[in-house]
Amino acid sequence: MTELSKQDALVHYAAQIGDNGLIIGHRMAEWCFRAPSIEMEMALMNCALDMIGQSRELYSYAAEAEGAGKTEDDFAYRRDEKDFRNNLLTEVPNGDWGDTIVRLFFMSAYNKLFYAALAGSSDSQLAAIGAKSLKEVTYHLRFSSEWLIRLGDGTEESHERAQKSVDSLWTYTGELFTMTDAENRLLKDGISVDVAALKADWNEIIEQVLKQATLTVPADGWAQTGGKAEGIHTEYFGYIIADMQYMQRRYPGCEW
Amino acid sequence: MYGDTSIQKPIEIAEPTSEEQARLEEIFQQKIDDNIKIEPQEWMPDAYRKTLVRQMSQHAHSEVIGMQPEGNWLSRAPSLRRKVILLAKIQDEGGHGLYIYSAAETLGTTRAKMIEQLQTGKAKYSSIFNYPALSWADMGTIGWLVDGAAITNQVALSRGSYGPYSRAMIRICKEESFHQRQGYELLLTLSRGSDEQKEMLQESVNRFWWPSLMMFGPNDADSPHSAQSMKWKIKKKSNDQLRQEFIDATVPQAEFLGITLPDPDLKWNEERGHYDYGQIDWEEFGNVINGNGPCNKQRVAAHLKAHEEGAWVREAAGAYAEKQQKKQVA
Amino acid sequence: MTEQAKEQEWPLWEVFIRSKAGLDHKHCGSVHASDSEMAMEAARDVYTRRSEGISIWVVPSNAITASKPEDKESLFEPADDKIYRHPTFYDIPKGAGKM
Repeated sequence: MTELSKQDALVHYAAQIGDNGLIIGHRMAEWCFRAPSIEMEMALMNCALDMIGQSRELYSYAAEAEGAGKTEDDFAYRRDEKDFRNNLLTEVPNGDWGDTIVRLFFMSAYNKLFYAALAGSSDSQLAAIGAKSLKEVTYHLRFSSEWLIRLGDGTEESHERAQKSVDSLWTYTGELFTMTDAENRLLKDGISVDVAALKADWNEIIEQVLKQATLTVPADGWAQTGGKAEGIHTEYFGYIIADMQYMQRRYPGCEW
Repeated sequence: MYGDTSIQKPIEIAEPTSEEQARLEEIFQQKIDDNIKIEPQEWMPDAYRKTLVRQMSQHAHSEVIGMQPEGNWLSRAPSLRRKVILLAKIQDEGGHGLYIYSAAETLGTTRAKMIEQLQTGKAKYSSIFNYPALSWADMGTIGWLVDGAAITNQVALSRGSYGPYSRAMIRICKEESFHQRQGYELLLTLSRGSDEQKEMLQESVNRFWWPSLMMFGPNDADSPHSAQSMKWKIKKKSNDQLRQEFIDATVPQAEFLGITLPDPDLKWNEERGHYDYGQIDWEEFGNVINGNGPCNKQRVAAHLKAHEEGAWVREAAGAYAEKQQKKQVA
Repeated sequence: MTEQAKEQEWPLWEVFIRSKAGLDHKHCGSVHASDSEMAMEAARDVYTRRSEGISIWVVPSNAITASKPEDKESLFEPADDKIYRHPTFYDIPKGAGKM
């Protein structure tokens, strides 16, 4: 296999980070009119707006790097399931409030470290996106940590539910720290983030918050992977794409 | 309208029971006549308070239930730009509901109580949200017609006599003007698009035109007790007045879109200086208000489901707060 | 409905926002939240969506003591005739310069 060109790697890379934002943002938006209070609804929608906003910037940059005249919407609406390289963690269903908070917490803890590192990228556009996104995900981490603490240390029922959410989503966290070909290719130029190196700091955040939440950190076991490296997704993912791309597929080539 | 309560049984206005009572009522009415806002702790007639609570809770419920038809299209928004616009708009509606619940709570009711009344059917919300959102064009039509109709009324409400409500409405009006504009812009894009997009636009307007006019409530002749609300400046303009204003503003916008409004009697009346329009189907309106609309049951059921599924979460946060307080005391 | 009746509603918090440096915090509404941190986050998520603020105060609604409307005359009207407290009460000739 020939090595990816730097340009191809950059397109892949920007799109792949964008995929994470779009897919988790799409999931967050599914909470619309379903949250336990209006205040919480507003909070999740703010998160969703941040996340989809991040994906738009990254897709636009991917399009620019590719130089083929594409737009952000080509990435979101005119690619197939296999072309999406989001982490599986972002696509699994929302479940209950506990599942949603735990996913948001795992992802925001990762994003905070990730975007902080990306802000130091040698690619100035990625660095700028990193710096801006860092502020957003810092709040997501605060919001999700505070909620997780309240669920873990709330009632007996909420404690049990939160622990169950932590345990069941844990299997998707290993993938966050795997490196794709594009990431490896860009690493030597100081463009990409060495995500494998973020694991220790991530563990520290997780341990600290779970401890405060009186929850147990699961042991690292088998990690579910495939979304990020190969575009092999969960069964849930096809429905997201079918739903999201319905209009573009039914009415190709239209302006909206 | 969102807060038009003239479809409901009137709240009885009791005669003053003492001289003191009569004096207070007189002072109160003088303030209203002098355009001095009424603030939460001040003396007010019982019926004024009740009318306001009913109107504000109905208004807040309308904002919150109104999230459902649009939320139905969030996952299918055809571009990322449209997706974030729709998301931000629906979020505003949640916010507006919250501002108005807050304002209503200054009158001594609680949000929990208002929500219970919504879920048990004791409180109403705008009839418009009992119609389904069936196509992407509906996201534009709702912004243009439904929000357009709402703004017509809300601008008047922001000059209403109750301070907290009026302040909430000022904030809401500021935020809401983007709602109508984004809707109209969405429809403009369709009107310049493919034949299928134009059909989608026309079909959507056909469905929403009459229900939008019904939002203003019954004809003035059929809402006799709104006179008291006008006197108290809870209501600033009559149903028919507002409806006419809305129609007059909307017809040219429809022409600009190149669509027909589904009313053969709609035409400019030079003498009146207004558009004439056809007969509204009040039987349909009555049915939709009283539970027989296409989505009544589904809307309330969705609200109830979210509320019940969130109970353990709200309890958990409450329990945590209690534990922390105990720790602090210890 | 018994379930709902059993459930206790989260307390109400009043929200005050400083819109920019140099200005006072101003009351803008309320939120329901279980504790102060949650109230702070809710206030941020609800009341600063359009860059309305750079600083937030949240105060439990029941911690506010308000003056009674019926005391208005005795509390505030006595100040009305003390016009000598205002600079415009005094005539200073132009020649004396800005004062």
